Amino acid sequence: MNDAFDIRGESHIEVHKFRAGAIIIATLLALVIQASFPLHFARAAVLDFPLLVTIYFGLSRRNPSTGLLLGMFIGLLQDSLSGPTVPLGLYGIAKTIIGYLASSIGARLDTEHPAARFALTAAFFVAHQGLIVLTRRILLAQPEPWFNMHLFLAALVNAFVAVFVFLLLDRLRKN
Amino acid sequence: MVAIPSRHKSLVLLTGVIILQVLMLAVQIKRESEGRLIRIWTVGAVSPFERAGSSSFGWFRDAWRKYFALQNTTKVNEQIRRENDALKLQISQLQGKAAEADRLAALLNFRQSHANVPMIGARVIGTGAGTASLMIQLDRGERDGIRKNMGVITPDGVVGKVVESYPNASQVLLLTDKESGVGAMLADSRIQSPVGGQGEPLLVMKYVPNDDEVNPGERVVTSGMDRIFPRDLPVGTVAEIKPGNPFKQIRVKPAASLERLEEVLVLLTLHPLEMKNEERPANAQPSAPGAASPPRAARR
Repeated sequence: MNDAFDIRGESHIEVHKFRAGAIIIATLLALVIQASFPLHFARAAVLDFPLLVTIYFGLSRRNPSTGLLLGMFIGLLQDSLSGPTVPLGLYGIAKTIIGYLASSIGARLDTEHPAARFALTAAFFVAHQGLIVLTRRILLAQPEPWFNMHLFLAALVNAFVAVFVFLLLDRLRKN
Repeated sequence: MVAIPSRHKSLVLLTGVIILQVLMLAVQIKRESEGRLIRIWTVGAVSPFERAGSSSFGWFRDAWRKYFALQNTTKVNEQIRRENDALKLQISQLQGKAAEADRLAALLNFRQSHANVPMIGARVIGTGAGTASLMIQLDRGERDGIRKNMGVITPDGVVGKVVESYPNASQVLLLTDKESGVGAMLADSRIQSPVGGQGEPLLVMKYVPNDDEVNPGERVVTSGMDRIFPRDLPVGTVAEIKPGNPFKQIRVKPAASLERLEEVLVLLTLHPLEMKNEERPANAQPSAPGAASPPRAARR
């Protein structure tokens, strides 16, 4: 079954399926890019490709369980690649929740339009940062600013890039 | 088994996954001063229950001990009360003995510091039977070498003189008695005048001319003129001065506590004595002729 009912049962929203291994490859690719891009382009550090992948597949799959498990998986991998200063679970928790929210929202809204993708990505980026700061403050006792202009710009940049990345990822869908 | 609604399954899964990761974080994190976070959380989660359990247990234990397990309390209370009374009595006795030890130590020190003066310690065993005379009775008498007219002192000052001596006891007329008197002088000005009793707590210094300056608080010491007491033993301090005709009326507070005598020293000689005194005032005037008799061999 490729269709799902929204919570009000008013409209059908399509659940997209992807080619075999597409999610895994996209995830690994995002992690590799995330790990290697900033080496050559320092400003690229502002981008969070694993987050974009999490949001995209969450919005597309529209299954909260799948979304949160995928988010957890991507987040834990990102934690693992982030060195000993980042404990396992920091990005894991944040991306788990973002994956859950993205798939929950994706099940209720049409997220195919670029404007919707831009807005949702910006909102999820801010939420993701908020979750990380919350985790750092509460669990790690590391005081971090909740939000500043840099993060606001980063949210806009990630949302802008996401529009194009999502178009590329759309090509991985099964027809 | 309780079935979870399908729309809540993802929420339950989310909760489980988040908790799992938080726990994983807690296991990894080690705060500098407090140890691993998982330990802090575990202790924080368990300690309130432990505290509550301990309080409850303590409450029940106290309740049992204070309200139910009181079978022998009356008997124990009675026993404790008796022990308490006995201990109070013992403390009182010990305090008395300690005070006595202090007094005896003072007497001993006095004797040792005046080793050239023959003296013997005696215990006060009674007072005069009537109110007409102020007198005390000592537990030593002729057999101990005590004779009539011997001087009696304490480390604080002059007490009086022996008026009767019996084989095993003796009677001492206190300085405050009307019939009593001692050759004395003012310690600073060295003005000599006998001091006698009036049957009152204060003594009277007689025959000090109005022209002589006397200050309240000035020390009065023995002059040695009476040939009973050695020189410079404390007699008392000037308490009150009034002009009189032809002499001042000077009242002296005795140096020795004559109302609370328990041990005294009897000077075992009827010959004039010179007591070694290291604290003679710098402005001391020469004594009157005959007052400073050279020490003679004293009989012990």
